[in-house]
Amino acid sequence: MSSNDPVKPSRLDPEPLPRRDFLGKASLWAAAATGVFATLGIARLPKAAVLSSPSRKFKVTLPENLPEGQAFVPPGRSVALFRDKEGVHAVSIVCTHLGCIVKPNATGFECPCHGSRFAADGAVTKGPAPAPLPWRKVTVDGSDCMVDEDASVPPGTKA
Amino acid sequence: MVVFAPPPEKQGALRRFFANLRATPARVKDSAFRGGKPNTDRTRSTFVFGNVFLHLHPVRTHRWSLRWTATMGLGIASLAAFLITLITGVLLMFYYKPHPAIAYDSMKDIAFVVPTGNLIRNIHRWAANVMVLTVILHMARAFYTAAYRAPREFNWLIGMGLLVLTLGLSFTGYLLPWDQLAYWAITIGANIAQSPREVTDALGMTETFDVGGLQKLLLLGSDTVGEEALIRFYLLHVMILPLGLVALLSVHFWRIRKDGGLVRPVDAERRLGPVHAADYPVFTEEPRKTYQLAAVVRGKSGAVARGPENTVPSMPHLFYAELAVTMLTIAICVALALVSDAPLKELANPQVPENPAKAPWYFLGLQELVAYSAFMGGVGIPGIVLLGLGLIPYLDREKDGTGEWFGGPGGKALVLQALFVGFGAALAVEAFAIRYGWLREWIPDIAQLWITVFNPGTVLTAIYAAYSIWLVKRHQSTRAGALGLFTCFLCGFVLLTVVGTWFRGPNWDFYWSPSDWPGH
Repeated sequence: MSSNDPVKPSRLDPEPLPRRDFLGKASLWAAAATGVFATLGIARLPKAAVLSSPSRKFKVTLPENLPEGQAFVPPGRSVALFRDKEGVHAVSIVCTHLGCIVKPNATGFECPCHGSRFAADGAVTKGPAPAPLPWRKVTVDGSDCMVDEDASVPPGTKA
Repeated sequence: MVVFAPPPEKQGALRRFFANLRATPARVKDSAFRGGKPNTDRTRSTFVFGNVFLHLHPVRTHRWSLRWTATMGLGIASLAAFLITLITGVLLMFYYKPHPAIAYDSMKDIAFVVPTGNLIRNIHRWAANVMVLTVILHMARAFYTAAYRAPREFNWLIGMGLLVLTLGLSFTGYLLPWDQLAYWAITIGANIAQSPREVTDALGMTETFDVGGLQKLLLLGSDTVGEEALIRFYLLHVMILPLGLVALLSVHFWRIRKDGGLVRPVDAERRLGPVHAADYPVFTEEPRKTYQLAAVVRGKSGAVARGPENTVPSMPHLFYAELAVTMLTIAICVALALVSDAPLKELANPQVPENPAKAPWYFLGLQELVAYSAFMGGVGIPGIVLLGLGLIPYLDREKDGTGEWFGGPGGKALVLQALFVGFGAALAVEAFAIRYGWLREWIPDIAQLWITVFNPGTVLTAIYAAYSIWLVKRHQSTRAGALGLFTCFLCGFVLLTVVGTWFRGPNWDFYWSPSDWPGH
């Protein structure tokens, strides 16, 4: 058999990939990969690396004559401050249900949006709130109080 | 001497120029509307398929589809309401500025300074309300005439997508005025998005898997409702959701034709009876069209080989009917806009919630459920309802009653019974929860997971599900169960909405009438 004879392809040989097939497949894979990466990029964009919310740590001076059991809500803040013989404590006034601002009343707090009621220590007594109002960290420095709305402390912690 | 003279056939160019100029208006008209006046069968056809906007319609429409009771025009009314919101919405964008510092002021400008601004805003608001109502009614029509059955299953799913987008458009539009109502409705809405935390907290896995927190963060772009949230809602409201809606709408309309036109009973021809002599002649011969495209692809193809067609030309029959419904929708929206102003409360105040803080009427049923459990009312039960609605066409594979109002085993009697069960159960559960309270009041230390799983909303859902399973057994038909379940959920939706709208006052307490509300 001379070397010029064409080799008959066997039935078992893999079929050669025609150029057009290769181009088609390559563009299909390129499209799929682009789709995946573009989706990932788009999905990443709306979640900002830095949030624009203001600092939630602040200094406040309680009124001299704040009666025991009476809440003091610093303007623009979402905690209620109380002072008694054991010290000062801060209870969050953001409802744990759907984020409305609860109102201090004689027995604790009430939420205007869906009727949750809380005891003075923040425990849920009625309504749909799934969790008690958290207590926030307070440090007393002379007549000033430092309140950190981002730091929670176990209920009953007073400063 | 050589005199320049063009050959005789090229002379008179100026005359021809003026002749062409005179003929131009007529020729522009002819080239734009090639078919000519739609006054013959042939030109009536070209009128439809020669026009990009009209060609989503069939050239000929079945006489059954034109009956008032077949659709009540609800789909077209929804579309008309959407187009009204689209036009008035673009007009409002001339003046509205999406930033918390000036959004409210620009709303005041629209209401008091911009000529016709208040009217346009009122029309926008009323058209949005009409759209929600007609979309829900349109869905009920499609359900009760069993129009979701094969081959229209997928169009039912597209329709559900349109319902969700419609509600999304309403919700996002709610924040834009930046008044008290807007601010607190969106605070509540964003916290509903966060409510999966109710479950992850209970299971102690929020630290590692906080899907609720992520949803709220993506929606607001921050942890409070502020400028990031406003620009996001604006973007969703004026761009992302409308584009999605238009895309789905196109598919929805296209599929109506591809699925063989509007649903009709198998014996529609017999019921319609002979054509009235005064009517336009109806084409009733065997179809002699060639369906070459349909022939080369396998599978079902539209209306081929269905025997006598019993159709009339869409122009004028269908188009005039659609135009009438559109004009009626516009009239209703404008009339409502003239008698009732869209609300604009005080400037948003993040320190003092509205009391009561109420969402728009179509969300008050959900708000009623949310007042029992945030997760179940806001995510769980709506999810179950959507899943159930989506499964209906794939579970009900029956043929009985397609295209008939309340068609299927049981029929009208069953729907009437389901109305009693649906209203009765909702009323009983609501009355019990209002009179006796719920688990938290009885056992203050109970784990939240118990309330999430077992609350008035889930109890009501369970009653409805049990009733519908009983119906399936009783009538030996999935359609019977679906009829019962759909009717029950409609009753629950209506009753909860009514309670949320008229019987809930400050602190979401129950009051027989708003005149009993305490002053505050």
